[in-house]
Amino acid sequence: MNAQAETIAVTPTQNEESNESLLQIRGLKKRFSLSGDFLEQLRFKGGKLVRHQEYVHAINGVNLDIKRGEALCVVGESGCGKSTVARTVMGLISPSEGEIRYDGQRIDNLSSKQLLPYRKRMQMIFQNPYASLNPRMTIQQTLEEPLRLHHPDWSRQQILDKVEEVMRSVGIDPDWGKRFGHEFSGGQRQRIAIARALAVDPEFIVADEPISALDVSIQAQVLNLLMDAQRDRNLTYLFITHDLAVVEHFGTRVAVMYLGTVCEVATTATLFAKPRHPYTQALLSAIPRLEDDRPQHIRLTGEVPTPVNLPSGCVFHGRCPYANARCKQEIPALKTQDDGTRVACHAVEEGRL
Amino acid sequence: MALLEVSQLDVRFALRQGEVRALRDVNFTLERGERLGIVGESGAGKSVAAFSLLNLIAKPGFIAGGSIKFEGKTLNTMSERGLRKVRGNRISMIFQDPMMTLNPVLSIGEQMVECLKAHRRISTKEARGIALDKLRQVQIPSPEKRLDQYPHELSGGMRQRIIIAIALLLDPDIIIADEPTTALDVTIQAEIMALLLELCEQHNVGLILITHDLGVVSQVTQRMLVMYAGRVIEQGPTREIINDPQHPYTQGLINALPQMATPGEKLNQIRGSMPSLSNLPSGCAFHPRCDFINRADGQPRPACTQQVPDFVDSGNCRVACHMVAEMLEDRRLKEESL
Repeated sequence: MNAQAETIAVTPTQNEESNESLLQIRGLKKRFSLSGDFLEQLRFKGGKLVRHQEYVHAINGVNLDIKRGEALCVVGESGCGKSTVARTVMGLISPSEGEIRYDGQRIDNLSSKQLLPYRKRMQMIFQNPYASLNPRMTIQQTLEEPLRLHHPDWSRQQILDKVEEVMRSVGIDPDWGKRFGHEFSGGQRQRIAIARALAVDPEFIVADEPISALDVSIQAQVLNLLMDAQRDRNLTYLFITHDLAVVEHFGTRVAVMYLGTVCEVATTATLFAKPRHPYTQALLSAIPRLEDDRPQHIRLTGEVPTPVNLPSGCVFHGRCPYANARCKQEIPALKTQDDGTRVACHAVEEGRL
Repeated sequence: MALLEVSQLDVRFALRQGEVRALRDVNFTLERGERLGIVGESGAGKSVAAFSLLNLIAKPGFIAGGSIKFEGKTLNTMSERGLRKVRGNRISMIFQDPMMTLNPVLSIGEQMVECLKAHRRISTKEARGIALDKLRQVQIPSPEKRLDQYPHELSGGMRQRIIIAIALLLDPDIIIADEPTTALDVTIQAEIMALLLELCEQHNVGLILITHDLGVVSQVTQRMLVMYAGRVIEQGPTREIINDPQHPYTQGLINALPQMATPGEKLNQIRGSMPSLSNLPSGCAFHPRCDFINRADGQPRPACTQQVPDFVDSGNCRVACHMVAEMLEDRRLKEESL
C-alpha cells in the first residue's frame, strides 16, 4: 500500500527525533463480522447454497505516531472508528491487519501473558464512569486491584500507601475508600477511574471520551486533573473525543478521522488556524460558539455513509463540496504539506482547495 | 399580553423521604415568535420546567403552585380534554432522543396522519398531503419514500428532522425543544439547529430551547434563563448574559468552557458539584461553591448562608444573588450622595 510507504518516507522529515515516538500505528485495519456463525452465513441464491459474509469496516488503514509527552487527540463523529483505534491500541480487541508498536516493540500479536508488562505502562480511562467501576467493589478494592496484579511482591503496607497517595493526587478523600461506586457523583467517579489508571504509574494513557458524560462545570475539573497529571507524571495521552473545544485546549496534535480513515493530522494550533481537509473545515465551522455573529457554517449535505458498504475512492466524496471524478475512484493518501500538516485529500494535493 | 406567561411556578415530587421541591419561583414570559433558552446542568430542573408547561409532570411529581397562562388561559388547572387541544396542536414538543419519541411499529406516514387526524377532521389523503409538505419543509431527501418507511430505517439526524416535521404539523404557536441535538454529532447538530431556527423565523413560531450547551443557546435564542438547583438564578437577553454574566454561577459556567482559557493553561473550574434537591444548602443554594460569599472588606456576608436571595434588576437582566444586590445598592447610595 503506498500510504504505508508514504508514512515511512515522511516520518523523519516531519519529526527529526522519530525514535521519540512512543506508539506507532501502521496500516491498522479492523473489521467486525455482521454475519454471525457459519450456519447463519449460508443463503440460497438462484437455487444454490452460498456463503454470504458482511463486515463493518471500522478502521481502514490508519497510520499514526504518538510522541512521548504529547497529547494526541483523535476527533471525529460517531461511527468514525476513533474508539476502535483506542481499544485496538490497548489490546482489548485485536486488529484484522496492521501493526502496533509500543516503544519499538510490536504488541498487537502478543499473548495476554506477554502483554502484562505493557499493560502496566499503558492504562485506559473510559467514557462512562458509571459502567467502568465494579459496583460490588469498594473504592479501596478498586484501586488496590491493579497494584496487586502488577506488583505481586509488594507488602500490604506498600499497597495501602500507594493507594492513599494516588487518591490524594486526584483530589479524593482517602476516607472514601470504604464506600462503593454508586455513592459518588459522575465527576467523583471519573476521578476514581483516573486514580485507578494512575495507580500503577503508567507512562501512556488512552482516554476514550473521558469527560463527555459530565456536566460543564465538572468537565473543567476533570480536564484540569488530566492536565496536572500529564505535567507531574510526564504522561503521554491518546485522547479520543468528539468535542473540538476540548481538543483545542488540551491537544498537542490532532488527528481527524472520518469513516475509519485519518483525513488530517496537524498540530492543534495549525489545525484550528488553517484546517485543510474539507471535512475538518466543516467540522470546525459547526462548533456552536459564544460569539455574536452567526458563523458561516459549512453545511454538509447527506449523512455519514455506513461502514458496511464503504464508498469507493475518498470516503468523504459523497458529502464533499469539492469532489470530482478522481475523488470517486482513487483513495487519497496522507500527504505532508509545507508546515508539517498531513492531509488526505485530492483537492488539497492538486491545489484546488 | 404575552403568549405564554409563567408565574411563581412551583413543582414538587412527593417521595417516600418527603417532598422534594424540583422547581420554585420560576417566572418568565414568551412573546409570539420569540426564542427563549433554558440553560443549566443536569438536575437543575430545566426538563421539569419544560414538562410542567404542558402539565406533563408524571406522578409522584405535581404542580404545587403558580400558574402557566397560554393566551390568557391557565393551563395547569385545565381539564385533560382542554389540554389535549393545546398539546401538540398549539404547543408542541421535541425531545432529546428521536428513537424514543417515534413509535417503532408505525411507519412515519401513519404517525403523522394519526397526529393530524387527532386534531383536525380531515381525510387520510389530505393528512398525507400535509405530512408530505412538512417533510419537504424539513429538507428530507425523497419525502414520498419516507412516509412509508419505519423509524429504524433512518439515521439519527433524519429521525430528528422527522420529529421537527411532526412538531410543525399543526402549525403550533410554540415549540418546546428539550435538548434536541444532544444525541447528534456536531455537523448534524449544526444542520438541525439551523433548520429549526429557519423554520421558527419563517412561521413566527415561539421556541423554548432547553440545553446544557451555552454555545447553542447563544447562537439561537434571544433571551435566556439560567437554572441552578431548581431555581432560576439569572434571566435576561442572551447576548447580555453571555457577554456580561452577573451571577457567580453563570460566570463560572461560561469561564469553565475550554474556549475561554488559553490553550494548555488550566481551565477556570467551579469547585464542588451541584447539591441534590433533597438536601439543599441553607440560604443561596450556590454558596458552598461560590467565590464571592465575602464582602469587599473580607468579612463573610451572612445573607448568603442564611437567606434565599431575591431577584434584583440589573440593567435588562434579573439576578438572584446577594452579592449583586449589595453591589447595586452601593452604587445607588453613591449616586444618591453625589
